[in-house]
Amino acid sequence: MAASGEPIIEMRNIVKRFGNVEALSGVSMTVRRGEVLGLLGDNGAGKSTLVKTLAGVHDPDEGEIIVKGKPRKPWTPLAARDAGIETVFQDRALAPQHSIVTNIFMGREMTNWLGLTQVQKQVDEANRLMREIGFTSKVFNPESTVGHLSGGERQGVAIARALYNKADVIVLDEPTTALSLTETQKVFRFVEAVRASGRTVVFIGHNIYHVWEIADRFFVIDRGREAFEGEKSQFGGADHLIELMHQLAETGQADVGSLTEPAA
Amino acid sequence: MSDATPAATKPSEANASAVDKRQEQSAWFRFYRRNGRALNAFITLMLVWGVFAVNNPVLFLNPIFYGAFLFSVPATVFLTTALVFVIVSGELDLAFPSVVGASGGIFMYMVMSGAPVVGSFFVTLGFGALIGLGIGLIVVYGKISSLVATLGLNFFILGLVNLLAQGRTITAPEAVDTFGYQLFVGKWELFETGLQVPMHFVWCLIWTLFCWVLFKYHRFGVRVQLVGDNSDSARQMGINVERIRVGVFVFSGIAAAITGAVLVQMANMVWFPTSGKAYLLIALAALFVGGTPTWGGVGTIFGAFFGALTVTLIPSGAVGAGFAGYWTDFLFGLVIILTMIAHRFSGARVR
Ligand SMILES: Nc1ncnc2c1ncn2[C@@H]1O[C@H](COP(=O)(O)OP(=O)(O)OP(=O)(O)O)[C@@H](O)[C@H]1O
Ligand SMILES: [Mg+2]
Repeated sequence: MAASGEPIIEMRNIVKRFGNVEALSGVSMTVRRGEVLGLLGDNGAGKSTLVKTLAGVHDPDEGEIIVKGKPRKPWTPLAARDAGIETVFQDRALAPQHSIVTNIFMGREMTNWLGLTQVQKQVDEANRLMREIGFTSKVFNPESTVGHLSGGERQGVAIARALYNKADVIVLDEPTTALSLTETQKVFRFVEAVRASGRTVVFIGHNIYHVWEIADRFFVIDRGREAFEGEKSQFGGADHLIELMHQLAETGQADVGSLTEPAA
Repeated sequence: MSDATPAATKPSEANASAVDKRQEQSAWFRFYRRNGRALNAFITLMLVWGVFAVNNPVLFLNPIFYGAFLFSVPATVFLTTALVFVIVSGELDLAFPSVVGASGGIFMYMVMSGAPVVGSFFVTLGFGALIGLGIGLIVVYGKISSLVATLGLNFFILGLVNLLAQGRTITAPEAVDTFGYQLFVGKWELFETGLQVPMHFVWCLIWTLFCWVLFKYHRFGVRVQLVGDNSDSARQMGINVERIRVGVFVFSGIAAAITGAVLVQMANMVWFPTSGKAYLLIALAALFVGGTPTWGGVGTIFGAFFGALTVTLIPSGAVGAGFAGYWTDFLFGLVIILTMIAHRFSGARVR
């Protein structure tokens, strides 16, 4: 349904090198408004690098990033957040010695005209965000230190932070890794709620069944290159997608047939 | 944002809290977690004072002793509280003693040339900020370890000052007792107790409060803490890590300039090129006795204040309490080591 929306992000021929490692060798990925895009690929394929480039953390060596029709240069983490792109990074990007509130408002403190943080307002907002994603417990509150939280709870902090800014695009880099079944369900419901509100999600995951369940479209990269992409309807089910990814891993290419020509 | 509320999560949330019998950490526990290090620093100060006072109650009831104490403590307070920002951001500044000396020189040069004391003071602040900016830019954009860079810069600036001064001192006796002098280092008696409170002690209290607000509540201080805790996270969340790092050196430069200008006035408007040199180890010791850990990310302004009081009290107090002079270093070391152990109880680094 929403997958046919206009492009909200276009990444064109992105090349990113780390020393003599070419993590991305000319990847072009389009994200459309209102869709859930599943970004797939083996370990080390370059998914996180692509997402970090999109988030402004990595400066691409070549290529351009067009957000909402405008080419963006310079592209920094602040610029990305200002443009309405919030990212839950694979490493969660938290400050473990600080409280949940401080982490949620990291880089976007609620301040008055003097630059002083509005403590109570931030705590109230943090409470609201945590309830919104069903992230509540008796053992912690917004003042609790993040370093004392469990892995799943830390994930909750990172997701709550991505929600705060009313972003148009929410990028989730392996949000369900290390999560229990119930917590994974929560993340799925969160993604569905975000899509229902007309916003866009980029979802990275290694469990193809999970990604299959929630994504509208899939984009697969392999060793820094785009392998194939397609609408959900173009695949014959999750097992077909898994089959293609196996082929890709073993032979370096997949027998994608009609998929190479995206329908839209 | 209620449009994003996943209604389906509500029941499971209710369930979770119905089953979860665990308790949130008590308010007291959290208070100690937050403030334990400042509290330890305060207890250390009280213990050191107590041990000295018991040894020589007469001296330790004498307001003159405290007058002298309040006179000498502010210089360390100005420096140590600013160093909290530097250490918490994950950097180290060993160049501040040279900035103290250089700023004092600039200040005295202006006063000697007839400029008003208050005006000269503010120009000196600007000068300190400028040197701090230079140091920060070299450390951050030169990508040099701040320990090595500031160590080198300390010698460099000190050497430059020495070359310019050619061993001369600067004096301006005519500026003593002017309005500005009274404003910065004048003395007044506290409620006829005989305790002479110097103005620079009042200023150092105000400065400490200012630093506390800046550190704990201002966006700059919060970001200093986040950068020191995990600079990658801070960068990924859009914080300009380099600007924050340069900022702490500017702040340290301002504090050094204040100290420089105050020190020369404490000496009745006399400047010599090495003023400030003695504060390197004192201020760092005060910082760590004050409970700011070495690893960055967290720190305490009030702890640093108590730490500054403690390290100032030890040398004068030890002699006053009847310890022979050569005990001072020993006691100094003992207090540092014991407080470091006490601070361990406030928790190791959280990751
Ligand atoms: N900062 C860096 N410095 C050097 N090499 C890097 C850096 N970041 C990523 N790489 C390299 O780039 C390649 C792609 O890494 P990336 O993290 O994007 O993979 P990924 O697809 O996210 O893998 P995973 O599924 O394991 O998270 C890897 O070979 C990695 O070693
Ligand atoms: Mg990754």
